[in-house]
Amino acid sequence: MTTSRPPTSPAETDPGDPFLSVRDLGVRFSTEDGVVRAVDGLSFELRRGQTLGIVGESGSGKSVTMLTVLGLHEPRTTEVTGQIRLDGQELVGAGERTLQRLRGNTMAMIFQDPLTSLSPYHTVGRQIAEPYIKHTGASRRQARARAIEMLDKVGIPRAGTRVDDYPHQFSGGMRQRAVIAMALVCNPDLLIADEPTTALDVTVQAQILDLLADLQQEFGSAIVLITHDLGVVADVADDLLVMYAGRAVERGPAAEVLRSPQHPYTWGLLESVPRLTGDVDQPLAPIPGAPPSLLDPPPGCPFHPRCAHRQRVPGDACATERPELPVGRGAACHLSLEQRRTHVIEHRQPGLG
Amino acid sequence: MLRFLVRRTLGAIVILLLISAFTFFLFYAVPRDPALLACGKNCDSESVALIRHNMGLDDPIPVQYWEYMSGIVTGRDFAAGSCPAPCLGYSFDDSAPVWDTLVDRFPTTLSLALGGGAVFLTVGLGAGLIAAWKRGTWVDKTFSSLSLVLSSMQIYFVGPLVLALLVYNNEILGQPSYVPFTENPVEWFSGLLIPWCVLSVIFTANYTRMARATMIEQLQEEHVRMARAKGMSGRTVFFRYAWRGSLIPIVTIFGVDMGSLFGGAIITEATFALPGLGTLAVDSVQELDLPMTMGVMLFAATMIVIFNIIVDATYALIDPRVRLS
Amino acid sequence: MGNEPTTGAALPADSAAADADAPLGGGGSPGEPLLEVRGLVKHFPIHGGFPIRRRMGAVRAVDGVDLSIAAGTSFGLVGESGCGKSTTGRLVTRLLEPTGGSIHYRGTDITHASRRELAPIRSQIQMIFQDPYSSLNPRQTVGTIVGGPMEINGINPPGGRERRVRELLETVGLSPEHYNRFPHEFSGGQRQRIGVARALALDPRLIVADEPVSALDVSIQAQVVNLLQRLQRELGIAFLFIAHDLAVVRHFSQRVAVMYLGKIVEVADRDALYRRPRHPYTHALLSAVPQADALADAEHPRRERIRLAGDVPSPIDPPSGCRFRTRCWKAEELCARQEPPLVVRDGSDPNHLTACHFPEPPTTLGRDVILDPALAAAEGVTGPGTGPGPGAEAAPDATRKAR
Repeated sequence: MTTSRPPTSPAETDPGDPFLSVRDLGVRFSTEDGVVRAVDGLSFELRRGQTLGIVGESGSGKSVTMLTVLGLHEPRTTEVTGQIRLDGQELVGAGERTLQRLRGNTMAMIFQDPLTSLSPYHTVGRQIAEPYIKHTGASRRQARARAIEMLDKVGIPRAGTRVDDYPHQFSGGMRQRAVIAMALVCNPDLLIADEPTTALDVTVQAQILDLLADLQQEFGSAIVLITHDLGVVADVADDLLVMYAGRAVERGPAAEVLRSPQHPYTWGLLESVPRLTGDVDQPLAPIPGAPPSLLDPPPGCPFHPRCAHRQRVPGDACATERPELPVGRGAACHLSLEQRRTHVIEHRQPGLG
Repeated sequence: MLRFLVRRTLGAIVILLLISAFTFFLFYAVPRDPALLACGKNCDSESVALIRHNMGLDDPIPVQYWEYMSGIVTGRDFAAGSCPAPCLGYSFDDSAPVWDTLVDRFPTTLSLALGGGAVFLTVGLGAGLIAAWKRGTWVDKTFSSLSLVLSSMQIYFVGPLVLALLVYNNEILGQPSYVPFTENPVEWFSGLLIPWCVLSVIFTANYTRMARATMIEQLQEEHVRMARAKGMSGRTVFFRYAWRGSLIPIVTIFGVDMGSLFGGAIITEATFALPGLGTLAVDSVQELDLPMTMGVMLFAATMIVIFNIIVDATYALIDPRVRLS
Repeated sequence: MGNEPTTGAALPADSAAADADAPLGGGGSPGEPLLEVRGLVKHFPIHGGFPIRRRMGAVRAVDGVDLSIAAGTSFGLVGESGCGKSTTGRLVTRLLEPTGGSIHYRGTDITHASRRELAPIRSQIQMIFQDPYSSLNPRQTVGTIVGGPMEINGINPPGGRERRVRELLETVGLSPEHYNRFPHEFSGGQRQRIGVARALALDPRLIVADEPVSALDVSIQAQVVNLLQRLQRELGIAFLFIAHDLAVVRHFSQRVAVMYLGKIVEVADRDALYRRPRHPYTHALLSAVPQADALADAEHPRRERIRLAGDVPSPIDPPSGCRFRTRCWKAEELCARQEPPLVVRDGSDPNHLTACHFPEPPTTLGRDVILDPALAAAEGVTGPGTGPGPGAEAAPDATRKAR
């Protein structure tokens, strides 16, 4: 069940057209220090009604990728290559007007911090109504009614009166609900959630994740969930993409990736996180070192300077040859499948079983 | 809101009392006797004593201060006649009532401040917004370097230069002068045009840089990015989201600037020989004219305090977090 | 109360060795409380009113906290933002002045000790902060930062301060050559190590660590947790470990307390708290933590799933009686009337204290409680259960669903 396909074979698991398809995406920023290769050769697909989790640490390129999908990067200093197709429409190089019509309408985004992502100067209701007026041509009155309906739907009590409140009158959890209402007001087909719960407490995080899942069931949107927390992914994602240093290093169905991860970086992520169950006297197994600078990414496999397994690969392939990420389930690693399987069997912690 | 205004007004009165006391006592630290000056060349000790008594200078300083302050509220009776309620005394110099002189001079200063404020606010903010909108382009770079150059252009340098170029050598405009607006609006305008522009040079440059900086800062805000993610047009994002947040620092600085301009633009008035509060302040200090100095000082301080209250009240209009807390 | 933990027994050999060269030694058996906090209260006054501003009320940030930390052990303090855990840490280190209660360090009352009285103790209680970016002076070299506490306290270790600083850098996993570098040259994880080295400079007996890893990337968090754990075991340093992350606290602390709205609602040895929690809030917290291994664990009974409604009430005007009652699915009339004491409940270990009138049975397995009206409504559409209509704000009318 965990075999990877050869890189050349087409994605046979995908009969229909994916709703969002990213092919060989590259994003480079020019900065004073040089060119940052924030995203490099990234490809993935997402169908309607599915949730894709993108996991990685800061600087892995996960947020940059989704900002690029929305076209929110700074155009003068950013070079984007590759393809981004949304429902068949090419977004790389699309005009600002085209993107404005899509943003908030076909595709919407939720950011990490609900406090800063709402303008303090306008009422919550107005901020929710605004994209609705813009994209559907509704009147102010209709839009206000719609804002109340959305606030009610995301679980804001007394939505009819809270609609006229300002964001600072909302608590953290309510603000994130309001942001979700704002993102969903035009029934977008694609919702991008960038660390939507990182700034929230655990009990509120659980509320928000449940809410997203329920709303997805109702609206059938495709969701991209960007997070650093594998636990969050386990809760809500269908598919999982692990990113490191601007590249995808592993992908597959979330349950499979979490159950039998194939990339040493994914192993590192899973083994370095403390758990609620399992042995506490065993020290955590951190990934040594720190993520590389994207100004000068390491040659070959970007993870090789931190990888504990590179001696097991014959020659210096890890330092010279960039491993390919197979289409579908698989990992971009020079280790043989047999070596990876052995590691998984040996290291699935006793605490889990 | 009312509570806020009442509390701030009470606070302002305390501040003004402190300023007045400070000025009053500082005046007596100056080692020159105004009575001796008023007496002139042929002066004996008797006439000095008489002048001193007439000026009220023979009372202890705290008594003088008390009489002065109570005179502002109730009016005062002098040997020469009574002085009605906002009584700031009589000038030592020309014996004219201080209040009347202030009222006489204020329109010049007001005209200068309003006109100048209008120029540097519109031009400065306009240029700053354009620079922020086009940030990183040659437009931005031109505006930014221009504002850097202009912000080091002092009025006493630019003023005579402009006068030489436009008035004396080429006679494009007339000598700057003050004609009351009510008398002749056209002459009022043409007479003040040069002072307005010269006064505005440094202000304009500073407002350009400030507007650009705060707008660029606001445009980085997460909620501005969120507005773009909602599909709002660049213009909506710029004006409805980013601009609103830039207002607070701009209003703060503008309020302080206007407050001090209303109290007299000393250098500009001196450069163009305009009869405003600024020249009045300089003259009265030089003449050791205590009542006039006190009057101008208190007036200027009151203006600054009033504008500070206006600024704080404006915060509430701009930012609901201030209004509702 | 006799709630000294018994689980921190892994360290005697190491800590004894370390104690030998520590200035004040171990100070007694590992079981003796190093820090004893009783009824600790911190109220932040709120001013307002017209025309004269006066005290209108208070944010009751910490409202009667008892805890005791034995030498060489780690005491974990968990709770959500605003529960008062960080304030507690700042009170213990006396960065804040307590409003009430008492703090005893090795039997000495330091509750209201003056700067001078605190001086000998300051060096023994150190703090590590959350943000490795703002807690280090960017204009000072690493050597100055780490050596600073020694300089302030006029301590000249044998071999000189510089040598000691270089040793410390090595202890925390940095290179001694980093002595002359500046903080901006380091990554977040390394900066946190510098902060740890600074805290170690005076051979502290107790370190208050306030969210020491939450600003770090996942792969780096583990490095710092392991470092702290090593220090605790090898140097016998006691920790007050404050964090919102239940899994990190579990990994690091032998005894754990859960705070809610300024009070400790439950405190127990690690295993008891995580395996057999009794307080409904602890249940809710534990069940809310998303876990990467939830899938891998499919053959095991599903963990319970509890979704609280609404938000934490304001600490300015906390609910009467039990403070959790407004969000609790078990709340009854008694809970509003009477504040539950923090005591050992039937079925708990002797060291396991719970402040609840109606404690849960000691398990965390398979059960759903959904209190969120919107979620309940949404779930009601898809599942067999029914929820209350929308609009029931933070109401105790929970929907219990049997699956």
